[in-house]
Amino acid sequence: MAGVKAGVVVFPGSNCDHDIYYILKHIMNTDTEFLWHKEQGIGDRNLIILPGGFSFGDYLRCGAAAKFSPVMNEVIRFANNGGVVIGICNGFQVLCETGLLPGVLLRNENLKFVCKTVTLKVENNKSIFTGDYEIKEEINIPVAHGEGNYYCDSNTHMELVGNNQILFRYTDNPNGSLDDIAGIQNINRNVFGMMPHPERASDKILGNTDGYRFFKSVVESIQ
Amino acid sequence: MTEPEINFSLAKQFGLLEDEYERIIKILGRTPTYTELGIFSVMWSEHCSYKNSILQLKTLPRSGGRLLVGAGEENAGLVDIGDGLAVAFKIESHNHPSAVEPYQGAATGVGGILRDIFTMGARPIAALNSLRFGKISNGKAGETVETVSTVSTAGRSKFLFKNVVKGIGDYGNCFGVPTISGEVYFEECYQDNPLVNAMAVGIVKHNESATATASGVGNPVFIVGSSTGKDGIHGATFASEEISEESESKRPNVQVGDPFTEKLLLEATLEVIRSGAVVGIQDMGAAGITCSTSEMSAKGKCGMEINLDLVPLRDENMSAYEIMLSESQERMLVVVEKGKEQIAIDIFDKWDLNCVEIGKITEEEKVKIYYKGKLEADVPPYDLVLGGGAPVYKREIKEPAYFKDKRAFDLNSVKEPEDLNKVLLTLLSSPNIANKKWVYEQYDYQVRTNTVILPGGDASVIRLKDTDKALSVKVDCNGRYVYLDPYKGGMIAVCESARNVACTGAKPLAITNCLNFGNPYNPEVYYQFSEAIRGIGDACRILETPVTGGNVSFYNQSQDYAVYPTPVIGMLGLIEDVDKIMTSYFKKEGDIILILGKPVDENSIKNDIGGSEYINTIHGLTEGNSPDIDTEFEKKLQEVILKLTDERLVNSAHDISDGGLAVALAECCIMDPENMTGCEINIEYSGRKDFRLFAETQSSIIISADPGNIKKILEIAEMYSVNVKETGITKGNRFKINTEIDLPLREIAEGYYNSIKNIMEV
Repeated sequence: MAGVKAGVVVFPGSNCDHDIYYILKHIMNTDTEFLWHKEQGIGDRNLIILPGGFSFGDYLRCGAAAKFSPVMNEVIRFANNGGVVIGICNGFQVLCETGLLPGVLLRNENLKFVCKTVTLKVENNKSIFTGDYEIKEEINIPVAHGEGNYYCDSNTHMELVGNNQILFRYTDNPNGSLDDIAGIQNINRNVFGMMPHPERASDKILGNTDGYRFFKSVVESIQ
Repeated sequence: MTEPEINFSLAKQFGLLEDEYERIIKILGRTPTYTELGIFSVMWSEHCSYKNSILQLKTLPRSGGRLLVGAGEENAGLVDIGDGLAVAFKIESHNHPSAVEPYQGAATGVGGILRDIFTMGARPIAALNSLRFGKISNGKAGETVETVSTVSTAGRSKFLFKNVVKGIGDYGNCFGVPTISGEVYFEECYQDNPLVNAMAVGIVKHNESATATASGVGNPVFIVGSSTGKDGIHGATFASEEISEESESKRPNVQVGDPFTEKLLLEATLEVIRSGAVVGIQDMGAAGITCSTSEMSAKGKCGMEINLDLVPLRDENMSAYEIMLSESQERMLVVVEKGKEQIAIDIFDKWDLNCVEIGKITEEEKVKIYYKGKLEADVPPYDLVLGGGAPVYKREIKEPAYFKDKRAFDLNSVKEPEDLNKVLLTLLSSPNIANKKWVYEQYDYQVRTNTVILPGGDASVIRLKDTDKALSVKVDCNGRYVYLDPYKGGMIAVCESARNVACTGAKPLAITNCLNFGNPYNPEVYYQFSEAIRGIGDACRILETPVTGGNVSFYNQSQDYAVYPTPVIGMLGLIEDVDKIMTSYFKKEGDIILILGKPVDENSIKNDIGGSEYINTIHGLTEGNSPDIDTEFEKKLQEVILKLTDERLVNSAHDISDGGLAVALAECCIMDPENMTGCEINIEYSGRKDFRLFAETQSSIIISADPGNIKKILEIAEMYSVNVKETGITKGNRFKINTEIDLPLREIAEGYYNSIKNIMEV
C-alpha cells in the first residue's frame, strides 16, 4: 500500500494514537507517521487521522482546545483542498469544533462514560470510508466515550440525510445521539468522523475484525 | 501565618506519641521547628513508616523467582518475563480519602498508583481495582419495602459506590490506561469505611528502568509536573487514624486529581528516563516533597539542599510547612546528572510541564530546607524513613472472642429451602455475585488495543505487542473468610487469585498485596493481621509467587466496628503463547463437563458452606468457619489446568468460588451473553442438597472439553493425583442440575446482568 502516507496527529492527551498507528502501520502495512500537534505542516502526508483520547484533557469542552494547535491550520487547509481527514472519537469531536464537520457532540444522555461493543448499520457504502461494506450491513464496533451524543439543528440534519452524509447509525443507541447517528462525512465526502473505534476491531487477536474493512476501504480509495 | 508553640500537645495533634516526640528531640538535639515537626509526623505516620506492620511484612517471601527488584526496594516490584522485558506492578489503598470525598479520593488513588509504575520507567498497560462498600440494597432480592434505616445506609453506600466508580473511570480513561479487571463486594462492615484499592501494571525494557535513589554530590534536584498547592496537606496523617464524625472536616486533606497532567507527566517522564539524563526519580504521593526528598536521600546515603522559594506554587501565600506537606498530585522529584539539565528542561517544555531546579545533592546526610532566606528544616533523612530510624512496633495479639461462637454455630440448624431454583436466582442477582458490567462499562477497558480477555470473567488478559506473550491479572480477596479464619482466609486469597489466573492459561508469577485492616492497637485486629500475613506467606511459598510489595491500610475502623480483615491480593500471571489463552464460558453443545478438584463428602461440604454467599444472602448469617484449603493440592491442581490449556485439551475453565458449584456452573452457561450454552448436570449427593450446591469448596475447577479429549484429560489429572469427575454435558438453552434446578438461561441471565443496574438506576 505504498500510495498511502498516513499522519496520525498527536495532541497532548491523545491516547488512541498508538492504536491507530499500529493498525495502519502493521495491519494495513501503510507508510504511517505521528504528527506532533506543535508542528506547522503535515509534510507529504495524504491521509490525516485525528485519534481518540482526551486532547487537552477535554477541559473547557471536548475537542475545543485542540483546534488551536498549530498543526490544525494545515489540516484544515488540506481538508478544504480535498485531502482525506478522519476523526475517531475525540478526533470526531475536534472535527466538529473546527467546523470541518457539522454538529456537536454532547455528554451522553445518561451522563455516564460508556465502554462496550455496539452494533452499527452501514447506511451508505458509496463513500471512500465504507466502500468495502454492504449497504445495510450490521457490524460490531466498540465505543468508549463520555461525550458521544451527536446533535445538530434540524436544517443541518435534513442536509445530512438528503446528501447521504450519515454513513453509520447505531442499532441500539448508546448515548442519545440524534437520529442514531454514529458517523458522518462532510458534503464534499473527504472528511469523516465517527464515535466508535474501528481500530479496536481490526486485529484478529482481539476477537473482532469488523473494523478492518473500514481501513481497507480508505486505503484502497487513496491508492 | 504565625506558627504555634512547639510542644508535645501540638505533636499529639499531629498524631505522634509521647516517646516518639521525645525521640525527635533526641535525634535533632533540640526542639523541632514547626516544619520539622510536620515532617517527622508524616514520615512516622502509619501510612509512610509501616511502623506497626513492617515486622510482620518481613516474614513474607519477598525475593526469588523472577523478581528483579524485591519488595520495598523501589516504588514497585519488578518481575522478569523474558524477551528483555520486565513487569512493574503494585496495589495501593485510598480508603480514607474515598470515605469523605469518593470521586477525588478514588481518582487520586488511581493517579498515585500509576505514578508509582511510570516513575520506574515502565509504561502502565493495565489498571485494576478492588472495592468494598456497605450493602446497596437490603439484601433480599425481590423485596421492595425497605426500612427507613436501610434506605439511608444503602443510600450512602450507593452514593459512595457511584462516585468511586466515576472517579476511577474518569481518571483512568483520560490517562489512557485500560481498566481491565476488578472486584466489588458489598457488606455491612464496610458501611462507614469503604475500601478503594487501585492496582497498576506496567512494562519496561530491562535496561530502561529507573531508580528512586539520589546520588552524585552536586547533581541538581528538579521538581517536575504540576505546581504545588494547599491540597492534601497532612493526607498521610489523616490516613493513619480512624474514621469518625470529625472526618468530614478532613475533606481538605483530600487531594484533587488532574489526569490530563498525569498523562503529560507520563510521556515526559518516560522520555526523560530514556534520554539518560536521570540519575534518580521518585513520584510525590503521600507527604509530597517531604517524603520524596528524605526517601531518595536515605536510599542514596546522601543529603539534599532544597530551596522552597523556587518551587512553582498555585498559591503564593504558602508557608514552608504547607509546601513540604502538600500532597498536590502529578508531581515528581528528579535528580538529573549535572550537565544534562537542558535535556530534561527541553523534554518537559515539550509537554508544557514545569521542570524547575530546586536544589542539589550534598555529601552531608541531611535534608536542609530553606525558605525566604531561613533554614526551615535540617533533618537526617535516615532517621525519617522506614528501614532507617522510623519507629518499629510489635503490637499485642489476642485471638478474637467471636471465633468461638461462630465456629460453634450448628449450620444444620439453618432451614433447608424448598425451592432451589429460587435460591439460585437470588444468589445470581445478589450484588456480590452478579455481573459487574454496570461498573466496568464506565471504564475504558480496551484503549491501547491489547485486552484479549475482557472484564467479566475470572482474570483478564492483555497481550504484549511485538511478542507472543500475554499477561493475566486478577485482584482477589474474600474478606468474610479472613474474618472467620484469618490464616485460612489469607491462604485462600492467594490461592484463588492464582487459580483465576491459571484458568486463563497463565502461570502465576508474583503477587502484590493491599492489607486493609482495623486499628492495629486493638489486639484482636492485630491477631487478624498477623495470621492473615502468615497465611499469605505460606501460600506464596508453596505456589512460588513471591510478594513484590504493596501497601498496608490500618484504621479502617469507626467507633463501633472494624471492616472485615481484607488482604487483597493482586496476582500477575504469564502466558507464553497468546494463542493458548482460555476463557471461562462453555463454547458449544455436546462438550463433556468435568470438575477437577478434591473428592468432597458430607463433612467437607458442611465445613465449606461456612462463610458462604448462600448462608449470608439467603439466611442473613455470617457463621461457621472459612472453607478449608490445602495449598499443596492447590499447586498440583494449577499444574494440571496449565498442562490442559497448554495442550489445548479443554474448551473452558472456571473455578468454583462465591456461590459455590451451582453458581459457577450457571456462570459457565451465561458468561458469553452472545452465545449462551445450556447444560445438564448430574450430582451424587451426600448430605444436604443446598449445602452441596452452594458450598464454596476451594481448589475446584469446572472444565468443558470435546468427548475425544476426555481420556487424555483423565490421564494428565491422574499423573498429578488430582481427582476429576464427569458431571454432565453442555446442551440446549436451559440450566439443569438433576431434578432440583431447571431454568431457562435467559431467566438466569436477566438477574445476573441487570441487578446492579436496577439497584443503581432506580
